[in-house]
Amino acid sequence: MNAHSTPLLRVENLSINLPPGFDREFAVENISYDLSAGEILCVVGESGSGKSMTANAIMGLLPDYLKPSGGRILFRGKDLLAMREPELEQERGRSMAMVFQEPLSALNPLMKVRDQIAEVMEVHGEKNAETRDRRVLDLLEYVGLPDPTHLRDAYPFRLSGGQRQRVMIAMALALEPALLIADEPTTALDVTTQAQILDLIRRIQRAKGMGVMFVTHDFGVVADIADRVIVMERGIVVEQGPAADVLNRPKHPYTRRLIAAVPHREDHGAKAAAEGEMLLEVKNLRKTYRSGGGFFSRPRVVNAVNNVSFTLRRGETLGVVGESGSGKSTLGRCLLKLADVDGGQVLFRGNDVVPLSARAFRPLRRHMQMVFQDPFASLNPRQTVGRILTDGPVANGVPYAQAESKARELLDLVGLEISAYDRYPQEFSGGQRQRVGIARALALDPELLVADESVSALDVSVQAQVLELLQNLQKKLNIAIIFITHDLRIAAQICDRIAVMYRGEIVETGPPEQVFDAPQHPYTQGLIAAIPGLEWNPRLAVV
Amino acid sequence: MKTLDFLLQRLAKAILVVLGVVILNFMLIHMAPGDPASVLAGEAGAGDEKFIAQLRAQFGLDQPLYWQLWTYLKGVLTGDLGFSYRNQVPVMTLILDRLPATLLLTGCAFVFSLVLGILLGVIAAYRRGSVADSVVMTSALVFYATPLFWIALMSVLVFSLHLDWLPPFDMESIGANYTGWARVADIAHHLVLPTVTLGLFFTAVYTRLTRASMLEVMALDFVKTARAKGVPKAQVIRRHVLRNAILPVFTFASMQAGQLVGGAVLTETVFAWPGIGRLMFDALLQRDYPVLLGVFLVTAAVVVLVNLIADLLYRFVDPRIEAAS
Repeated sequence: MNAHSTPLLRVENLSINLPPGFDREFAVENISYDLSAGEILCVVGESGSGKSMTANAIMGLLPDYLKPSGGRILFRGKDLLAMREPELEQERGRSMAMVFQEPLSALNPLMKVRDQIAEVMEVHGEKNAETRDRRVLDLLEYVGLPDPTHLRDAYPFRLSGGQRQRVMIAMALALEPALLIADEPTTALDVTTQAQILDLIRRIQRAKGMGVMFVTHDFGVVADIADRVIVMERGIVVEQGPAADVLNRPKHPYTRRLIAAVPHREDHGAKAAAEGEMLLEVKNLRKTYRSGGGFFSRPRVVNAVNNVSFTLRRGETLGVVGESGSGKSTLGRCLLKLADVDGGQVLFRGNDVVPLSARAFRPLRRHMQMVFQDPFASLNPRQTVGRILTDGPVANGVPYAQAESKARELLDLVGLEISAYDRYPQEFSGGQRQRVGIARALALDPELLVADESVSALDVSVQAQVLELLQNLQKKLNIAIIFITHDLRIAAQICDRIAVMYRGEIVETGPPEQVFDAPQHPYTQGLIAAIPGLEWNPRLAVV
Repeated sequence: MKTLDFLLQRLAKAILVVLGVVILNFMLIHMAPGDPASVLAGEAGAGDEKFIAQLRAQFGLDQPLYWQLWTYLKGVLTGDLGFSYRNQVPVMTLILDRLPATLLLTGCAFVFSLVLGILLGVIAAYRRGSVADSVVMTSALVFYATPLFWIALMSVLVFSLHLDWLPPFDMESIGANYTGWARVADIAHHLVLPTVTLGLFFTAVYTRLTRASMLEVMALDFVKTARAKGVPKAQVIRRHVLRNAILPVFTFASMQAGQLVGGAVLTETVFAWPGIGRLMFDALLQRDYPVLLGVFLVTAAVVVLVNLIADLLYRFVDPRIEAAS
């Protein structure tokens, strides 16, 4: 690349003000970077780093209350910030296009796929409906959608997440833009789908020589596709450079911290857990869901959990890994009797809990607790943290004074200030709230903890802290943990054994080393091959 | 589910609902104090027991209640809604005579409120925070909060008595005997005040609903997608926002269409509109059971029918419905 040629995109000293009342003055402050044609630039950062804001500013799609307060965005030499709306409309969709994070909400639910794709061509001057139709068909085929002739007449809700994202990409490619901005385009997708979409973007970028700006929080994805990387923290670019340099020789402490937090398989060695006392034995557990059905039609039956068996000892962590719809969350809910079971046994300390009535099961409930996914939705905003932590024990007959002193101990144990006791959940960050959620689960001295995607809503650095907390607590309290996750990297990092679920069944179980190095089932093999950044070892970068 | 399956199922349910309404109303009316025979006898100036008993026998009121119900239901199935004690005409004739006037009034009021409400709601949402938004929303609040009868009386005062622009009551000019287009124009002239009065409240409701729904949809991701495609703002509003935002308005409208028939009672009384609402009001005062029951039956059938049509239309407006059901 010639250093003196004009880059496709040059962002110069861009600043965007935040309205008063935010925790800082600028959404992004004085950032500069270049993107050349034929290059993939990854913008990495945690939530609130301003990475999406930058992307939206380029497209002129910032919300009304945010205005760039300084700098220039030069696209092929022309300043986008100086353009008026009609001029920008000419550029959007034609010479620069964008793909968003949520493939479901990003498509108009009431418009057929073909109309949504054709609309780009229509607004940019292609008047001939037949030409548009032909192009739609070509595009759908190009992005690898099955049966384009039928699929183009479908509404978005008929499509899977991956298919919808392909439609979005087809839409973005319709007029062969020079710049493609992808804002976390694979974050909402399953890992195997993610791998396919990343592959597609890379393939298209090479074939068309586009410049791609790829916004992501996932260093694994960066390792897979980036040519160059910029790292953002709280609105500032802290580091930028070629991907190999940033990934393997990070200079800025923030980048180093982020990379150190990337979940990665640890070599456990043999752990003592295998000798722990048997706590849970699950035998041929079944759960089916029925939906629809009426006078004229048969109900649809889904085997959410099908003939699942496993064992768990005290002090052991079992990872239940699978993609969306694999039945892993239903399994967790069945174990705690939060969902009815259709067959099989769940032996807790040797006693089958499946036939127990709700009343008979109640005394046992305190021994099995759950940590939920969403730290925002799972805590009652009208209750203080103290109330949240003492409610369970008090309901189980513990005197209030005792519950209270225990709650304060727990706050200390999960790394929160004791003063958190009198505050409300909304005063805390996501990571802190998840600590409250863990403290709540521990308030009843459980022997079994089911953590359902408990860290997937958290930023990577916070995620690392919460994982560490869980591991330390387990060592201290000798509890058994069932860790449900879609992220194989996390499972490999903290679990003693991993169970891979696929369509309601456990297709493979074993220690991480075995599952990773010699996967037996084809599904597991595919899953592992799809892990982003598999070749890259973050631990070597920050030694 | 296929549309035909759906239609058959809904039709069966609709018939059950109407049947339920008929039975319930029949029981309720007979539980209310006041016997039509004594009212009739009283008005005839002969309140003696023998005459009343004779009247009761004549109208079948001496039969057990279940038998009366059975006779009534049999009649309904053959289109016979009974005989009005008071008017000495079959109920069906009375209702068919009055129904067109009510359907005309409520239909006009419905279209008026829906069209104006959506239009104002779109303007308010599009120009959110502007003077236009404030004016629209404040007027909507005023009409939302003001009682219907008061608006009716005030509009008669201002537009009929004071300005003499519009006729204050009835459906046609008395004794004018217009025919053809002249008659249509005359009826239209008479329609204005009742339509606007009856429609204003719902206009206010639709305005607020449309605005809120538009603002909600405007914040959704696919609107951003449309803008990222380079679609001009006006087209984004029309093609992407409005079509989605109209769904809750549509749902609400289908429920309100029934209420509108009820609301017509008041309007028809104030404007002396010769519709079914006034028929019901008079029948109520006169304890004219068969007429009351007939009116209830017909209004219930209209409501159920409107909802059925709305459900069917919904399947065309929102493709996700068919998959969900």
